[in-house]
Amino acid sequence: MNTEITGVIAMFILLLLLAIPLGRYIGKIFTNEKTWADKIFTPLDNLFYKLSGINSSTQMNWKQHLLALLTINIVWFLLSMLVLTNMSWLPLNPDGNPSMSADLAFNTTVSFISNTNLQHYSGETGMSYLGQLVLMLFQFISAGCGMAACAVVFVAMKERTTDQLGNFYFYFVRSCTRILLPLSLVLAIIFLFNGTPMTFEGKDTTTTLQGDTVQVSRGPVAAFVAIKQLGTNGGGFYGPNSTHPLENPNYFTNTVETVAILLIPVAMVFALGYILKRKKLAWVIFGVMLLGFLLLLVPSIITEVKGNPAITTLGIRQPMGSMEGKEVRFGAAASAYWAINTTCTSNGSVNAMHDSMTPATGMFAMLGMMVNAFFGGVGVGFLNFYIFIILAVFISGLMVGRTPEFLGKKIEAKEMKIAMIIALLHPFLILVGTAIASHIYAHNPTAYAAWLNNPGYHGFSEMLYEYTSSSANNGSGFEGLGDNTPFWNISCGIVILIGRYLPIIGPVAIAGMLANKKFVPESAGTLKTDTGTFGLMVFAVIAIVAALSFFPALALGPIAEHFSLK
Amino acid sequence: MKQHLLPAIRLTIVCIIVFIVIYPAVVWGIAQLTPNKGQAATITVNGKKYYTNIAQRFTADKYFWSRPSAAAYNAASAGGSNKGPTNPGYLKEVQLRIDTFLVHNPGISKNEIPSDVITASGSGLDPDISVPAAMVQVKRIAKTRNLSEATVQQLVQQYIQQPLLGMMGTQRINVLQLNLALDNIK
Repeated sequence: MNTEITGVIAMFILLLLLAIPLGRYIGKIFTNEKTWADKIFTPLDNLFYKLSGINSSTQMNWKQHLLALLTINIVWFLLSMLVLTNMSWLPLNPDGNPSMSADLAFNTTVSFISNTNLQHYSGETGMSYLGQLVLMLFQFISAGCGMAACAVVFVAMKERTTDQLGNFYFYFVRSCTRILLPLSLVLAIIFLFNGTPMTFEGKDTTTTLQGDTVQVSRGPVAAFVAIKQLGTNGGGFYGPNSTHPLENPNYFTNTVETVAILLIPVAMVFALGYILKRKKLAWVIFGVMLLGFLLLLVPSIITEVKGNPAITTLGIRQPMGSMEGKEVRFGAAASAYWAINTTCTSNGSVNAMHDSMTPATGMFAMLGMMVNAFFGGVGVGFLNFYIFIILAVFISGLMVGRTPEFLGKKIEAKEMKIAMIIALLHPFLILVGTAIASHIYAHNPTAYAAWLNNPGYHGFSEMLYEYTSSSANNGSGFEGLGDNTPFWNISCGIVILIGRYLPIIGPVAIAGMLANKKFVPESAGTLKTDTGTFGLMVFAVIAIVAALSFFPALALGPIAEHFSLK
Repeated sequence: MKQHLLPAIRLTIVCIIVFIVIYPAVVWGIAQLTPNKGQAATITVNGKKYYTNIAQRFTADKYFWSRPSAAAYNAASAGGSNKGPTNPGYLKEVQLRIDTFLVHNPGISKNEIPSDVITASGSGLDPDISVPAAMVQVKRIAKTRNLSEATVQQLVQQYIQQPLLGMMGTQRINVLQLNLALDNIK
């Protein structure tokens, strides 16, 4: 068998081998059970609580959880704005990079506190090392914040009636210290041994073999890349992200980085099974997510390995597949695998340029973000999936003529309204954003010529991708888009903000309200949710919502481009 | 909100200390124990230092060429072309690269050129080329350097890096290492 394909299969197997035990561990972390690592982490956590003046055993209801979450996010927003607009004179700036303009700082700030990591700047030229470190801070804590929100929903799904859903800071601190920090450290060390830099010196100047003088950007890359991959952050240290040979030097680091993308999102599903003591439910959810993932993955790999038909027309062989925007050390299959990994989760790092991929792969990448629940971002991916479960329970309930119940709790009008609003919010943000941008462009293509790097259908895809990535809090891009303008910075920033916080507020509110309801024990009339049939029902709901919402837009972009390829 | 504000600020400060002071300091410390000491991998030849993993521009006929770079091989501002697969302007550029390649490699026909020779990498700094991409340049190198094709071919064979564990990924050749070895042939 082709070694590119066996490489992909090996990466997937490695992922499962690590994610299942990690899921159990995460489950223990959230339910405060004993683990082997308590000796190190309990004192560390206590130090966090003590220095912050927090009593981690105070119980919160869902409203208090959200209040704590939003308050700390506002603090992060202010901190980031302050640093990014003043980088030029602050310390750790050996390359003399400039401060950000207000609109770019707004976009970058929102993008990093929301775990999106959309980048309208390029790291080498637009960031000081202090700026990079502050962004790295958000890569830890925004991921921890998403996991904490997810933990609240997990705990709320337990079979009991209560409004006491644990403590936000407890979930947050533990997610950061006991999951993200140790894993990042391990990854960073692996990168160090493979030639990823970790230095605070500025650019180096060398002479090439042919005699050209070139500069090489350096920086504290290894520490940064580790958490970038693990926390579904995705914002690269360098402009071209993990295509850069210092950010991702070889196939081994590529394997580690790829596995890290899906590791925590997959583990969260198994953590759910552990916390609720419902392993079968976890496997059903995993099955639905995996089915969606594979349906996007397989055709992407096939088209990328086959190559770009337009290049074949020029009379060129493509033994390695479509190679524009790709690196020889990864190859087409591993690049397509990464592309679907990074878009199904809300990671958004890349090891090949999505803008240059074949139209079919571009579409599947967009679909991954449009659904945004096939594993999804750390924590928040499950929250999106939870919304689809609620919809599926309600629709199935109507079909068989029973009161819709999920895990012993009645789903009523109020929860359904919230679920519908959240489910429709995502297409609304993407399509309205793209429509406005297209309108502006179409009415004055010469004035906005710098926006699009490619003409025709592909140009439309660039705009559609940008809003899809923003709303899904993904952060990858069709990077040909000339997006560092006030219009793109501000409009994407707003889409990211809404696309982050409402989909956290909605599911936490639903779960909180359900937890407060009377528990109805399972009976013969209960709709079982841990069966394959119900899994298919959820999948159908996802497919229908995604297909109906996005098909027209996709038809104008990647689908039209695909059929124009000769 | 008020009751959460002070803990939020204090917690953020603790996070700053742990995640962007202690964590990078630890990684930096460990870096000093690694072979590269936290620097990117380099090769030193005749007292000159080269970055192993950063592509260099090779235009001379006596050297194997790296893949085209949309970033002009600038390792302080890397990037890809971001051209879409159907972009007519892009396809013209590719055609131009094919023509240039054919002019410099007489005796090679178009269908012998593998695609990585005429497409730009994602970073613009791809240090590697595929095996066919090296083989297709052997004739030119041998002629320019007055070597037999077999000698050059043998050298190329020597520098093929196999897939990880023999079963994961691609075969590739580091262009810089290959060219340094070429210069070494007496």
